[in-house]
Amino acid sequence: MSDNEGTKKPKKVLGTVHVDRDRCKGCAFCIEFCPTHALELDKGFNAKGYHPPVLARPDDCNGCDLCGLYCPDFSIFGVMTKVA
Amino acid sequence: MAADPTGVLTGQHYLDGNHAACEGALAAGCRFASGYPITPSTEIVERIAARLPRMGGMFIQMEDEIAASITLQGAVWGGKKALTVTSGPGFSLMMEHIGLAAMTECPCVFIDVQRGGPSTGLPTLPGQGDMMQARWGSHGDYEIIALCPESPQECFDTTIEAFNLAEQWRVPVMVMMDECVGHMTERVIIPSADKLSVLDRRWTTKKPGEYRPFDVGADLVPDMAKAGDGHRLFVTGLTHDERGYPVMNHKAQEKLVRRLVDKIRLNADKIAHYEEDQIDGAEVVVISYGITARVAQRGVQIARDKGVKVGTMRLIVVWPFPETRIRELAQKTRAFVVPELNYGQMSLEVERVAAGKVPTVLVPHGGGEVHDPEVIAEAIIKAARSVS
Amino acid sequence: MSDTATNPVNPYLRLERMPSIWCPGCGIGTSVNCFARALTQAKLDLKMTSIVSGIGCTGRVSGYMSLDSFHTTHGRAIPFATGLKLANPDLNVIVYSGEGDLMAIGGNHFIHAARRNMDLLVVCVNNFTYGMTGGQVSPTSPGGATYTTAPFGQFEEPFNLPHLADSCGAVYVSRWTTFHVRQLTKSMREAMTKKGFRFIEVISPCPTLYQRRNKLGDGLDAMKFYKESSVVKNGADTRDLNIGFQTPITVGNFVNRSRPSFIEAQNKRYTEVFGPSYKPYPEGPHGNGANA
Repeated sequence: MSDNEGTKKPKKVLGTVHVDRDRCKGCAFCIEFCPTHALELDKGFNAKGYHPPVLARPDDCNGCDLCGLYCPDFSIFGVMTKVA
Repeated sequence: MAADPTGVLTGQHYLDGNHAACEGALAAGCRFASGYPITPSTEIVERIAARLPRMGGMFIQMEDEIAASITLQGAVWGGKKALTVTSGPGFSLMMEHIGLAAMTECPCVFIDVQRGGPSTGLPTLPGQGDMMQARWGSHGDYEIIALCPESPQECFDTTIEAFNLAEQWRVPVMVMMDECVGHMTERVIIPSADKLSVLDRRWTTKKPGEYRPFDVGADLVPDMAKAGDGHRLFVTGLTHDERGYPVMNHKAQEKLVRRLVDKIRLNADKIAHYEEDQIDGAEVVVISYGITARVAQRGVQIARDKGVKVGTMRLIVVWPFPETRIRELAQKTRAFVVPELNYGQMSLEVERVAAGKVPTVLVPHGGGEVHDPEVIAEAIIKAARSVS
Repeated sequence: MSDTATNPVNPYLRLERMPSIWCPGCGIGTSVNCFARALTQAKLDLKMTSIVSGIGCTGRVSGYMSLDSFHTTHGRAIPFATGLKLANPDLNVIVYSGEGDLMAIGGNHFIHAARRNMDLLVVCVNNFTYGMTGGQVSPTSPGGATYTTAPFGQFEEPFNLPHLADSCGAVYVSRWTTFHVRQLTKSMREAMTKKGFRFIEVISPCPTLYQRRNKLGDGLDAMKFYKESSVVKNGADTRDLNIGFQTPITVGNFVNRSRPSFIEAQNKRYTEVFGPSYKPYPEGPHGNGANA
């Protein structure tokens, strides 16, 4: 789904997310508003019975931390791992 | 320690009780006052509004008494000694924050210049109908301290005492004046600052990380810190633990509220302050407070002139109620007579503590004026005859 | 998951109090993320920053923040904050509470603090209902929405909060929804470094009560609605900012002006009256700790 798929140019910015699974209450704000649609709901449950997010498409994450800004339960945040 | 001389108007003055109370607050180190105008207490805030700005203090007239009664608590957590002043209708509005101050152990002083009630009642005339409200007016169970001056000099003295008690025990302290005492003008002697005993706040010496804001020692009173000290305080009206964190269960409730009550109840004899006269051999002891104590003196004299052995006990600290002493008196005398400007408030306490050992005779008056001393004398004589 | 990475909000939280009491899909926590990042960006001295709340769901924010936290009585956060600020003007004092707390029971205090230009930042999370008590009608509840205490639909005119703040004299007024996280963060940062009475309204989902009772879906549905139906109009006339039931929401920064704060006005007056012998009351930092 990435625009870069055809050209195979290396991405200039790479990132990842960190998820504290047990803080998550499953609101899905992070998944809905991720600008690169890199996140999905995990099929598994956390201790409270919610489905936390997982980084389904790690190559698409640019570490922008918008998920961190949205997360009302302080469960997820993004960090940049490579900035060209 | 001694007071800061800048707040002490040392000398002999001709002041009414309201102005004297204001000077007492300033002498005690009060540098913040929030108020709202209400008769017959307004002169206190008028004077403090004129005095504070030129001694580095802050006065603000708030939008209502609800605001005034919490603004001063914000100021206390900001590090100031703080005062608010009102009368019955405003005192009713302040009850919410008497409870907050009790729960958060915020040392602060409320002055209530009592007028006739209920409701708007008699704005310019005296009453003593707020005595139980001072004790029980906010919801839930808690303890406070309340004092009752009988003269302008004592308005000065008890206001300093109120600030000291607030700092020592970390409770809201109320000075229960009345319209007569507030508007009575007499000589007031203000000593030099070095002659005044003024208590500082019990600041913690612990470092951030070590300090737990509601940990206590033997006297059950926690040491205090203010905003900006680096402790990341958490102050809440919810039931809380030693960190100040809310805990919603009966164990935390028992631990906290028991302590809030015990720190005053177990120390009531240390806090007690009263004056007695001719107690030994008295057939009747007259227990009174505020303006009524002065009126009762005349009634007592009339009864003594007619041969009745009358002793007097004047309550200066009315809450906590001096149970120990009144229990002792109940063994010594044969009747209590309690005149007050209400239909029975402190008399109920006397009756409770006397516990049937001796009768308690209320001399009620609805307020709007003081008692006729003859009526008090009659009650004393009648009480003496009925037990002899 | 790397152990070295830390959630940027963590240093601002009392982590031992997590998880919060807030429902899944509630927006209050989202506003807290913006607030934490704004605190970082504004470089506020956290030791000298106090947060004051009243009662309610948003009233719990003060107790989750690792600042000097004051959780006061219902509606009275502003007068408490007033005393705190006036006692020590070096403190940055921020009031964080809900619209029921600040605008109904606390409405009188709000208008007078704005009139006085008291040096406070007030963040009001508006979710159109009383959440803590179970979904009652609030002073911003839009016409037609139903509540436990308006079971046949709200018919009173709601407050337009930016207009209320503006007309009472606030020097900074903005409104964002919890969808507008970057804009909200920026407004909070700007407001933190300004002096006087500053007001930020945050429109937030209440999935458990407002959304559910009015068949508006969950928190995510509310966020999607904000995304689709918000209109950014910086500098808009605050008279035009009414919010109806599921009508478009105008957001933006509306007011940014200067006038003397309470202490500044008092010092000016007293210096005129008393002359040079008057020692001005400390006026405190201009928001970020550096005197402007």
